[in-house]
Amino acid sequence: MENRCAIEMKGITKCFGQVVANDSIDLSINRGEILALLGENGSGKTTLMNMLSGIYQPDDGRILKDGEEIYIHSPREAYGFGIGMIHQHYKLIEVFTAAQNVILGLNDGRMDLKAANEKVRSICQRYGFEINPEEKVYDMSVSQKQTVEIVKVLYRGAEILILDEPTAVLTPQETKKLFAVLENMKKDGKAIVIITHKLNEVMEVSDKVAVLRKGKYIGTVNTAETSPQALTDMMVGRAVTLNIDRPKYDNPKKKLVIENLTCLDEEGVKKLDSVSFTAYTGEILGVAGISGSGQKELLEAIAGLYPIKEGSIRLVGNDGSEKEIVGLTPKKIRQTGIGMAFVPEDRLGMGLVGSMGMTGNMLLRSWKKGKGILVRKKEPSELAEKVLEELEVVTPDINFPVRRLSGGNVQKVLVGREIASEPEVLMTAYAVRGLDINTSYTIYNLLTEEKMRGAAVLYVGEDLDVLLELADRIVVLCGGQVAGTVDARTATKEEIGLMMTQFNTKEGE
Amino acid sequence: MAAEKTPLIRLAKRTEMKRSSMWMIRVGSILVALLLGCLPMILTATNPFSAYGVIIQGSLSRPVYLKQTIRTAIPLLGCALAIAPCFKMKFWNIGAEGQITMGAVAATYFALFWHDRIPHVPLLLIMAFTAAIAGGLWALIPAFFKARFNTNETLFTLMMNYIAIGIVAWLQGGPWEGRKGSQLIPMFSDSARLPTVFGVNCGWIIALVLVVLMYIYMNKTKQGYEIAVIGDSVNTARYAGMNVGWIIMRTMFISGAISGIVGFIIVSGANFTLYSGVADGVGFTSITVAWLSQLNSFAMIVISMILAVLEKGSNTLQTRMSVPASIADIITGILLFCMLSCEFFINYKLIFRHKENKEEGV
Repeated sequence: MENRCAIEMKGITKCFGQVVANDSIDLSINRGEILALLGENGSGKTTLMNMLSGIYQPDDGRILKDGEEIYIHSPREAYGFGIGMIHQHYKLIEVFTAAQNVILGLNDGRMDLKAANEKVRSICQRYGFEINPEEKVYDMSVSQKQTVEIVKVLYRGAEILILDEPTAVLTPQETKKLFAVLENMKKDGKAIVIITHKLNEVMEVSDKVAVLRKGKYIGTVNTAETSPQALTDMMVGRAVTLNIDRPKYDNPKKKLVIENLTCLDEEGVKKLDSVSFTAYTGEILGVAGISGSGQKELLEAIAGLYPIKEGSIRLVGNDGSEKEIVGLTPKKIRQTGIGMAFVPEDRLGMGLVGSMGMTGNMLLRSWKKGKGILVRKKEPSELAEKVLEELEVVTPDINFPVRRLSGGNVQKVLVGREIASEPEVLMTAYAVRGLDINTSYTIYNLLTEEKMRGAAVLYVGEDLDVLLELADRIVVLCGGQVAGTVDARTATKEEIGLMMTQFNTKEGE
Repeated sequence: MAAEKTPLIRLAKRTEMKRSSMWMIRVGSILVALLLGCLPMILTATNPFSAYGVIIQGSLSRPVYLKQTIRTAIPLLGCALAIAPCFKMKFWNIGAEGQITMGAVAATYFALFWHDRIPHVPLLLIMAFTAAIAGGLWALIPAFFKARFNTNETLFTLMMNYIAIGIVAWLQGGPWEGRKGSQLIPMFSDSARLPTVFGVNCGWIIALVLVVLMYIYMNKTKQGYEIAVIGDSVNTARYAGMNVGWIIMRTMFISGAISGIVGFIIVSGANFTLYSGVADGVGFTSITVAWLSQLNSFAMIVISMILAVLEKGSNTLQTRMSVPASIADIITGILLFCMLSCEFFINYKLIFRHKENKEEGV
């Protein structure tokens, strides 16, 4: 086991404009070891690894492979050095088979598909992957697609594998399988880096943890000698409590009743299939599911932005009267008098106007107000000041284009505006995606406050740990259908994970 | 060592930039364009300095020249104002040419057949009004199909131009033909002509009023806000409860109406008749004006004047130094190229390998 060190990065610095993404970082990656690269969003993890895989070149610093300095100008050259990266977004051709995708872009003269199939099969056997090289990619599940990406890298002879947030789209069961495969590769002497911000996974799978914070290298620790709390403190730079307060609201009432809601997309494919559930005041109703199970369509349908085939969506007033809102435009829904707020998944593409400042974005809710043809900017600019202060938005000016703010601040502007209308129904889609731990907890607290104010909160989330801690009940979606509703206080992650996939397997048979 | 391995020039996105340095870059790009413009002149064996001198002299030095230059600038300015809201909405209306033409047709109808029955001022008002309606309706057709069936507005508006021009060609040789066989529509009588103020037809007053109105419309009104939101993201507009299709149609109507008024100014203030080339490329050149001025109404005054100076001046250039007038088109092209590429330098900066190493050495 001599010369275990595969890659050494010394004093790596990378700037984007005035933003220092990586500030003289030293990192060594060892063979036969799984290194977790931990850090909050925007701490520079992906940037650092992109420099290893040839996507960026460092402004300063050196990369050594087996003690020799190397320069990596492109992903192809990175493969030449035995470095392969599996990105968060898969880059596969859907109509090709697994093996065709694997050999795509290889320049070895002629294409021998038979040999490729064989080689893919042998790689699968060696590490315990479960894919058929002749299966078309469009028939594959997300985790199988990920497997194809990993095989692609191994096929090219990679000794050093980098996985960028590999578990973000996987169910708990699939994650377990992936980790087993990673263990096998580790035993085979490969060096593995996983980029992640999920602490429990770090603890489960890694041998060492390297922590980055705001572009700076904080340190590397042995996983066995550390704890989630200690790692969080390293990530954030100060002690943070990781508990979400979940108070109980007295006297919940029906607020939103959904019955047999069915929606088709433009191609006529069922996105929602007779979905029924009821949301109550004073509760956070979590919505779980593999991404693309109909969460987006569900919220947009309720907001009046997605065409509804059949079914009923009723808002319940304080006096108990029910108002049908199917078929109404967002404007008409607003006129029912039952306030609804919506924090969509696509913040800049749907919730905000990127080129405008905070004031212009606050105006998005109130621009129609008042008589005459002129817009009134006084109220929204006051609201902008208020949101700026209360949610501690970092912006040079309330008229600074929100597109150029960081992800966390963009989300604060959006959530701040939606909450300011004191909605009775508050819908959020992936409200903390891409946000750092502090901002995430700010959002959790705000949602809990809204719940205790008596709002019915619909929380679509992807992190099951958070859903179980934050929500009161959880509706699990699977392939556009409701797989079940569980009590978040008693349910387990495994239980929900099974529900998330159960309908898919039924359909597959 | 490292120097040989890093690329010669790298791009880096700028984070922020002062307004003043932004304008410095823009002015700089105009100077670069003027320098580059020397090249074709040298190639045609003309002294660039005297050529630029003649351009300036021939367009601004005497009141007569200045009036002619302003006359060229008026339709450019008016039409750029018309296009601005569409472009803000990211609706690529390149059909101003046709909208101008249809406005001119409507104005001409009243100028030809009603001039003896309606007194001067009401006649002009009716001409302007109907020109606006005609231009607006012409623009409404592609907008309707965009809103209803999501057709491609760029192709649609472009094709509408040729239909409009074709209609005029037919009128010219058919129902509105003056002397048989002349293929010409008769000249307007005096009562259908725009009065002059300070020696130029009063279209310049209309254009300046439109500048102010358009500025207010785009920046202060609810409708201007709606346009800006749609331009940024259609989904956000729907999310905010805006009726996107309706707003597209309304904005296009307004845009077409202003183009129609420009058509009225051209026939009633400059040409005093209608022919198929009435728009004379104004609908396209004004895209350049709108784009270079970043859709800012007041900047449009300056840009349309610069383009008018180039055009008028190069006509003088042709007569005095026998340089082809198309040199103005070349310079306009270079100017456009430089000003658009300067936006690139506003967003990005270049890092040279050499410089970086020096910095490292220090």
